[in-house]
Amino acid sequence: MSHLLVQGLSGLASAASLFLVAAGLTVIFGVTRIVNFAHGSLYMLGAYLAYSLVTWLPRGHFPFWGGVVLAALLTGVIGVVVEVLVLRRIYKAPELFQLLATFGVVLVVQDLALAVWGPQDLLGPRAPGLRGAVDVLGERFPLYDLVLIGIGGVVLLLLWLLFQRTRFGVLVRAATADREMVGALGVNQRWLFTGVFFLGSALAGLGGALQVPRESVNLNMDLAIISEAFVVVVVGGLGSLPGAALAALLIGQLQAFGILVFPRITLVLVFLVMAVVLVVRPYGLLGKRPGGHAASVTLPEPPLAGLTGRGRAVVALALVLCVVLPPFLGDYALVVLSELAIAVLFAASLHFIMGPGGMASFGHAAYFGAGAYAAALLVKHAAAPMEVGLLAAPFAAGLVGLLFGFFCVRLSGVYSAMLTLAFAQIAWSTAFQWVEVTGGDNGILGVWPSAWAVPKLAYAYLSLALCLGGTWLLRRVIFAPMGYALRAQRDSALRAEAIGIDAFKVRWLAFALAAAFAGLAGALFAFGKGSVFPTTMAIPRSVDALLMVLLGGVQTLIGPVIGALAYTGLHEQLVRVTELWRAALGAIIIALVLFFPRGLAGFRRA
Amino acid sequence: MLEVQGLQKSFGGVRAVRDVSLRVAGGELLALIGPNGAGKSTCFNMLNGQLRPDAGTVRLDGRDITGLPPRVIWRLGVGRTFQITATFGSLSVLENVQMALLSHARRLFGLWRPVAAEDPAPALALLDRVGMAAQAARPCGVLAYGDLKRVELAIALANAPRLLLMDEPTAGMAPAERVALMALTATIARQSGIAVLFTEHDMDVVFTHADRLLVLDRGAMLAEGRPDEVRADPRVREVYLGSSH
Repeated sequence: MSHLLVQGLSGLASAASLFLVAAGLTVIFGVTRIVNFAHGSLYMLGAYLAYSLVTWLPRGHFPFWGGVVLAALLTGVIGVVVEVLVLRRIYKAPELFQLLATFGVVLVVQDLALAVWGPQDLLGPRAPGLRGAVDVLGERFPLYDLVLIGIGGVVLLLLWLLFQRTRFGVLVRAATADREMVGALGVNQRWLFTGVFFLGSALAGLGGALQVPRESVNLNMDLAIISEAFVVVVVGGLGSLPGAALAALLIGQLQAFGILVFPRITLVLVFLVMAVVLVVRPYGLLGKRPGGHAASVTLPEPPLAGLTGRGRAVVALALVLCVVLPPFLGDYALVVLSELAIAVLFAASLHFIMGPGGMASFGHAAYFGAGAYAAALLVKHAAAPMEVGLLAAPFAAGLVGLLFGFFCVRLSGVYSAMLTLAFAQIAWSTAFQWVEVTGGDNGILGVWPSAWAVPKLAYAYLSLALCLGGTWLLRRVIFAPMGYALRAQRDSALRAEAIGIDAFKVRWLAFALAAAFAGLAGALFAFGKGSVFPTTMAIPRSVDALLMVLLGGVQTLIGPVIGALAYTGLHEQLVRVTELWRAALGAIIIALVLFFPRGLAGFRRA
Repeated sequence: MLEVQGLQKSFGGVRAVRDVSLRVAGGELLALIGPNGAGKSTCFNMLNGQLRPDAGTVRLDGRDITGLPPRVIWRLGVGRTFQITATFGSLSVLENVQMALLSHARRLFGLWRPVAAEDPAPALALLDRVGMAAQAARPCGVLAYGDLKRVELAIALANAPRLLLMDEPTAGMAPAERVALMALTATIARQSGIAVLFTEHDMDVVFTHADRLLVLDRGAMLAEGRPDEVRADPRVREVYLGSSH
C-alpha cells in the first residue's frame, strides 16, 4: 500500500515537471497556432543555464532558487529572440513549414549547447536543504520531489490567476478561442504573441532548471522531453491549459504505474494512450475543434504537369549517367549513390501523400523502419536471402501503413501530423524495447546482401534500379485515376463526396501505398548498411523525409527528387566540412522556410 | 421520381424544418423558395445526404434513401451542384468531368493506365451540352464563376442522373448568365426526363423556369403550386414577396 503511494507521489512529481513544459507549449500553440518543436530545446537551455548559474553562484537557499528563476527568465528572453527573428515571419505559413522552422531552431540550439557546455553529462548540485528523503508510511521519498509537486501546483494556480484575473490573460484566452477576432478588436497582436512566447519559454526554462538537482543535464534532453510534452499537450487538447494539467497527471501516473504493471512496454504505453485519445477524441480530452477561421490561407494547387521537352532531356541524361557512370566511381561514391537513390524513393513516397494527397505525415520513418526491420528479421530469424527480404519489406511496411493509416487519415492538419508522430513513436519504442526480437538499442547486425550484390557497384545498380523504378511507379499512380482521385479529395472534399469518391478509402489506400514504397527504401537501406537500429524509425529520420519533400517543393513531381538529392548532398557535405553541421543545417532550414516557402523546384518554376 | 414525406430536423431547440413533404416528377423543375432562414438549405442537405433527418423519409423511384451518405445517393442517380461552386481546382475542366465518369464506371482505384489515355469524347460531349467544350483544357482553378457553374452542371450530368439537386444554381452570377444557365438546365431536364429540384433567390429565374414552386417559411410548408397560383397566394405575398419585394 505504502509502495503504491510512493509510486503515486513520484508520478505526481513527473507530472509536475511535465506540466511546466506542456503548459508553455500549449499556451504558445493556443495563441499563435504554432507547434513549437523547439520548446524542448528551451527546456534544455533552461537546465544548462540553471546548471551554470547555480554552480557559479555561492551556495545557499537564495542563490539556488535565484539561479533557477533567473535561468527561467533568461530562457524566456531566448524564446522572445526566436519569436522575433524566426517565427514572427511565418505565422501565416502552412503548419508544416512552421514545424520545420522550429525544428531548424532545435538543430541550432543543439550545436550551440554543445559548443558552450560540451558533450559530457553535467551533474549539478542538489537543492540546499532538500537533499534528504521523507518518510511516507515507512517508505523513503525524495524531499525535492515533494517540493517539485508543490511548485507544479503553485504554477498551475498562478497561471490560472493570470488567465482569469489579468487583461493579458483575458487576451490570451480570447486569442486562443478566435485569433482573428482579437486582431479585429484592435489588440496589438505582435506584443501579445511575443508576450505569450516569453511566458511559454520561461515555463519551459523553469521546467528544465528544476530538473538540475534530479538528473544530469545533457544534449538529449530536448527531443526526449518534446515528444513527451507533445503527448501531454495533444492528449489534453492543443491550447487547453486545464487539459495540459489533466494530461500531465494522467501521463505521470501512467509512467509511474506502467513500470509496475507493464515494465516492458513503458515507452509504447504513453504513445498508445495518445493514439487512443486522438482516435476517440480527435481534439484531445479538453480541446475544442479549432474555432474561427483557418489559420493559413490555402491557395489553389497548381495543376500537375508532365515533363516538357527540356525536363525530359534532363531526366533522360540523368538516367543515362546512372547507368554509365557507376563503374567509374570509387566505393565511397558508390555508397553515396545508393544512399541518394534510397533518399529519392523515401522522399517520393512521402510526397505522394503530402503533395497529391494533401496529408501531413510527421512519422514517415515508421514505414521506412518497418521495411528495414521486416527484411532484417527475415534474414536473422528465418535465414531468408536478401531477395526475399526486399520482396517482403514493402508488404510488411504496407500492412503497417494500412493499420496506422486507418486512424491517421481521418484527421487533418496538426492533429493528423501528431497522430502520425505518435504511431511512429510506437513503432520506434517497439523496436527499442522488444529486445528479444529486435535486439533493442543494439539493433540487428549481419543483414548483408546476397553474394552477387555484395560488391558496391552491384549494390548501387540494385538500389538505383529499385528506387528509381519505385519512384517511377509512384509517378505512374499519380497520373492514373487513383492519383487523380487523391488530388480530387484534396481539392474539394465536398465535390469528391458528391461524385461518389470515398475520400477515406482513397486516402487510406494512398497512405498504405506510400508506406510500402518507404518500406522498400528502408530494406535497401538495411542491406546497404548491413544492420538495422531503432534510429531508422526515430523522429530525425521522419524530419529528414519532410525536409527533402519541402526543400524540393510539394507542388511539383520532380520536387521530392531534387529535394532528396539536395538534402542528402548537403548533409554529406556539411558533415565533412564542419563540426557544427547541425547548426548549419538548422540555419539553412530556417532560411529556406523564410525565403523559399514553395521549395527549390517551386522557386525555379516561379 | 423523388418523393419526400414528413421531413423534420432540429438543431438544439430550433426546429429548422418541420414536416416538409414534396414530389418531383421526371422532366419537372421544382423550385424551393422562401426567405432567409426558412429551412431551404437544411431541407436540401437532408435530400442529398449531408444531413440526417430527425424524422421523415426520402424516396427515389420508390427506394428509401433516407440518411444514406452523399456518395451513395449519387450512385443511385442524384447529381448535384453547390451554392458556392465546388470543383477540383488543380484539375482541368475536362478532367473534372472525367473524374465523375471514372467514378461512375467504378474505376477510381486504377493504378496503372493514365487518365490522359482515356477517351475524352464522353466528357467533351457533356461539356458541349453546357457550352464549355472550348475551355476543356483550362484548370478549374482559373475559371470565371459563371463558367464554374456550367462545369458543375456537366459534372452533375456525368452519371446520367434521374434527379438534379441544385442549391442556388445562379448565386453569384450576372443577371444575363442566370437566365441562360436556367434555360439550359430546363432544356436538358426536359430532353432527358431529369427531375430538377432547386433553391433560388432570384424571383425572375424562379417564375420563368420552375414548373412548380414550394414556399417554405420558418421551416414549414406555406404554399405549393404553379407559379401563377403561388404568385396569387396572399399568404405568400405577406411573408415573402410582400416583405422583400
